Amino acid sequence: MRYRAVASLGVLLVAIAVMAVTTRSIAGQASAARAKAPAATKKWTVPRTPDGQPDIQGYWTNSSYTPLERANNVAKEYYTPEEFAVVVKEAAAREAEQTEPGTIADVHYDFTQFGLDRSQSAFVKSNLRTSLIVDPPGGKLPPLTPEGQKRAADRAAERRRMGATTDAVQNMPIGTRCLIMAGSGPPMMSAGYNSNYQIVQGKGYVMILVEMIHDARIIPIDNRAPLPATMTQWMGDSRGHWDGDTLVIETTNLNAKNPFRGSSEKMKVTERLTRIDADTISYRFTVDDPGTWTTPWTAETPMTKSVGPIFEHACHEGNYGVMNTLAGARLEEKKAAAGAAKTAK
Amino acid sequence: MTIGNSTPKLVAAAALSICALAGLPLSGQAPARAPRTADGKPSLDGIWQAISEANWDIEGHSAAPGRVLALGAEDATVPGLGIVEGGPLPYLPDAAKKRKDNFDKRLTLDPEIKCYLPGVPRAMYMAQPFQIIQGSDFIMMAFQYAGAIRTIYMRDQTEAPADSWMGWSNGRWEGDTLVIDTTGFNDLSWFDRAGNFHSEALHVVERLTPAGPDHLNYEATIEDKKVFSRPWKISMPIYRRKEKGARLLEFRCVEFVEDLIYGHLRKPGTKAQ
Repeated sequence: MRYRAVASLGVLLVAIAVMAVTTRSIAGQASAARAKAPAATKKWTVPRTPDGQPDIQGYWTNSSYTPLERANNVAKEYYTPEEFAVVVKEAAAREAEQTEPGTIADVHYDFTQFGLDRSQSAFVKSNLRTSLIVDPPGGKLPPLTPEGQKRAADRAAERRRMGATTDAVQNMPIGTRCLIMAGSGPPMMSAGYNSNYQIVQGKGYVMILVEMIHDARIIPIDNRAPLPATMTQWMGDSRGHWDGDTLVIETTNLNAKNPFRGSSEKMKVTERLTRIDADTISYRFTVDDPGTWTTPWTAETPMTKSVGPIFEHACHEGNYGVMNTLAGARLEEKKAAAGAAKTAK
Repeated sequence: MTIGNSTPKLVAAAALSICALAGLPLSGQAPARAPRTADGKPSLDGIWQAISEANWDIEGHSAAPGRVLALGAEDATVPGLGIVEGGPLPYLPDAAKKRKDNFDKRLTLDPEIKCYLPGVPRAMYMAQPFQIIQGSDFIMMAFQYAGAIRTIYMRDQTEAPADSWMGWSNGRWEGDTLVIDTTGFNDLSWFDRAGNFHSEALHVVERLTPAGPDHLNYEATIEDKKVFSRPWKISMPIYRRKEKGARLLEFRCVEFVEDLIYGHLRKPGTKAQ
């Protein structure tokens, strides 16, 4: 009797699940039409995981030369393919300068040895957009609010008060310190190099591993409550749900120590990931931070299928850069002091 | 009436207790089984944590005073039975000397103090939770401590392309047991705060077996011919974190150790933040 009861319950759950899937996909179509998400043409059918989620697993990159904001001298929304080829060629040449010894005074990093910069990346999807920002339609961030302007000025003043970047590790950029990379998100932005991600879907969770500093974004798909307002984190608190075949991730509770273009702790980021063909995820995100910008804004970029594996990025453990920079600065100061003492004699 | 109402409850409670003591399934409930994935494998998905003092010392150890005077009882070594089967650890003679030296200098040498990646198996029994995200081609382990990550390759298995802190892990199912074979380590991580260590020749074979809905049996065989005279084993249970809304939180500890690591290179006359 007990097992029969369990079996009946199972049938009921399946029925509910089927209803839920049906309802959700209808809702998804409606909202996709509203959001004008890239329509699935050519009858592409998204693969499913064994438990029925749209399968967005794999290695992906959002490596791109397309700027967040449209350049001042560009008026249109899309380049022609010919114009885009020129933009990419010029940008790649600029990037190669710091890779090829002798081309500029300071070769920071030989990317051909240590990183996949954009000029080497074969995976950059041609994105003819002239800006990642699609709303406002001008392709630029909305104006800062007075509060946003004051915060930017305060942050700049605090930065000056702290002194030179070589005075102390805390004065250095957070990426140099291996705390987090600026583009790790949310929102996830193309970085100068290694803009690679791995998505794995488990029961009730989607994980997006950001290659840089091995940051794993673990997104629960269970309508849980957000963290209490007393808790903030570098990457905030992300919660997800499926809207049809689109993974929607909402993130709040950010600590604003890695601010995005001047954002505050009140920033809410809503990301929408839709696999539109075998090799592409449409990544669209809306930023709502009324204390910073006068209106919410939205950007969109493709994430293109890439190849793995992703190797451990032990950034902090091998951070000789900070140590050598600080040691060099102290040595220079000692030399300068000794030189001054000699001159005084 | 009061007595009449409560008596059947007492009887029922007593019956439940007997069932529980006997390990029998309660009436109306199926036997407690580990969850399964849609494709029939045991599902290890979830947030887990060992309840163990092994991070102080993987061998059985008594309570001991701490390393930092000012921290008093908070830094005192918490006693534990240890997770090593048999023992003592079969160190080669030179390695035994190094282990003692590590212990003496543990306040400055333990990689955990510098927020370095924990290595394997240490990540599995630190006093912070970790999460398993189980896909069919990859099983990911994400650790709250230092945001460490392990990728277990279930397909596309290769040898380690280079040495790393967390090693290179290939996995396979043996019945309901996930067997993980990990090599490609560097020689920088430790097994615990007591200076137990390994070389880059470390080879770890772990076996994770669901033993119910909310716990896993964990075993690992440790082999390192440069440090130990024979392979040895550790074993412990790992438990599911059951709190409502349980999740990994950020323990991004790099920021907490910057003055410890770089403070001596701060410009004289400037103050710590």
